[in-house]
Amino acid sequence: MLSEHPWLWPVLWGIVKSLVLLVCVLVSTAVLIYGERKIWAAVMLRRGPNVVGPWGVLQPFADFLKFILKEPILPDSANKVVFLLAPYIGVVLAFMAWAVIPVNEGWVVANINVGILYLFAVSSLGVYSIIMAGWASNSKYPFLSALRAAAQMVSYEVSIGFVIVTVLLCAGSLNLTQIVEAQNTRFGFLGWYGVRLFPMFVIFFISALAETNRPPFDLAEAESELVAGYAVEYSASLYLLQFLTELVAILTMSAMMAVLFLGGWLSPFPWIPVIGASSVFWFLLKAWGVVFMFSMTKLIVPRYRYDQLMRLGWKVLLPISLVAVVVVAFVLKLAGH
Amino acid sequence: MPGFLEQYLALVIFAALSAVIAIALLVAPFLLAYKSPDTEKLSAYECGFEAFDDARMKFDIRFYLVSLLFIIFDLEVAFLFPWAVAFHDVGWLGFWSMMVFLGVLTIGFVYEWKKGALEWD
Repeated sequence: MLSEHPWLWPVLWGIVKSLVLLVCVLVSTAVLIYGERKIWAAVMLRRGPNVVGPWGVLQPFADFLKFILKEPILPDSANKVVFLLAPYIGVVLAFMAWAVIPVNEGWVVANINVGILYLFAVSSLGVYSIIMAGWASNSKYPFLSALRAAAQMVSYEVSIGFVIVTVLLCAGSLNLTQIVEAQNTRFGFLGWYGVRLFPMFVIFFISALAETNRPPFDLAEAESELVAGYAVEYSASLYLLQFLTELVAILTMSAMMAVLFLGGWLSPFPWIPVIGASSVFWFLLKAWGVVFMFSMTKLIVPRYRYDQLMRLGWKVLLPISLVAVVVVAFVLKLAGH
Repeated sequence: MPGFLEQYLALVIFAALSAVIAIALLVAPFLLAYKSPDTEKLSAYECGFEAFDDARMKFDIRFYLVSLLFIIFDLEVAFLFPWAVAFHDVGWLGFWSMMVFLGVLTIGFVYEWKKGALEWD
């Protein structure tokens, strides 16, 4: 059958790859929920989840069942179609970003030549989900929250864009695999863009926190002001989808940082025999390391005010990253590229 | 099929599969969960009060300004992408052309800043 239909093979292979990656991402979100709650608990000297399963590891799965079995509520005043569509497109877009992220050499669902452009586009579209959710709920808290979240996300996307441009200037390619390969020098971790472009890495990290509405920039769901933000009217699996969107976005941002700045699957010490081999282990270590930084930031930094947030985005990060593009380009030209 | 298109095929398959998983999650509680709606439960949440009026209200002009600024800068970034990729080939001429372009945009940015479009008092 395969010889008659030569197109069948790529389709089957695509399905297998996609299913494996989707399952890995979903399991990672469960690990993320559990891990974050345990980390927060440890820092606050609490125990965290410890009832469901050994050490509470089954907590995320219990939560999942609860989301599925709870009563879904469609508010009377809501615009029903947009209300249902909002979390749906949110989660699909969040998943879609993962199609181009390489976790190891050749381990990528779609190794397209405009990978970073695709990632940038898909993560920008995430704003629509929030705007739609806030508007369609036809309730005051979600509406205010959606406005805040949208303004915040677009503000920080600009600096993320400029930071990515500096990486592109150095790597000279839009393909994520080639960006990782460009960091493969004999100096090991000293050749990574996270070291060579360290200030850019810091700006990217701060912008990623704002982009995913994470503390200290969680103004969209500041519970003392807006209850639960744009998720107020959502229940059951509609809320689960919004929750999942956020978690997958965090994982995507961490993976992006691992690929763009921390050398993806490359070993930090290529000159040491066994540890020096590049493998998926290094990618996972780096990505989860960034996730850990996300969790710790929530605990040690107090929440910003909205005017401070906009000031930081437009008056500090944007000018710095704009100047950085010019400086990086000038230095590269002087170095004879 | 060229390898180029094969990669995009994989992308479409991935998108389709994630759409299927998401729709399964979305539909599940409507099929499985016990439902007993009533008017109070279905009204908009306003901390326990009766909802005052429609939530489709006026909002601050500054959100609109931010989105305008965003469009300008995001287009600028989109314009920088191909320049950055071709950076090794465009030479000093390419470098200075882009610097002029960035300079013009910076003038606009300084104007916005001085006009107070970035103030959130």
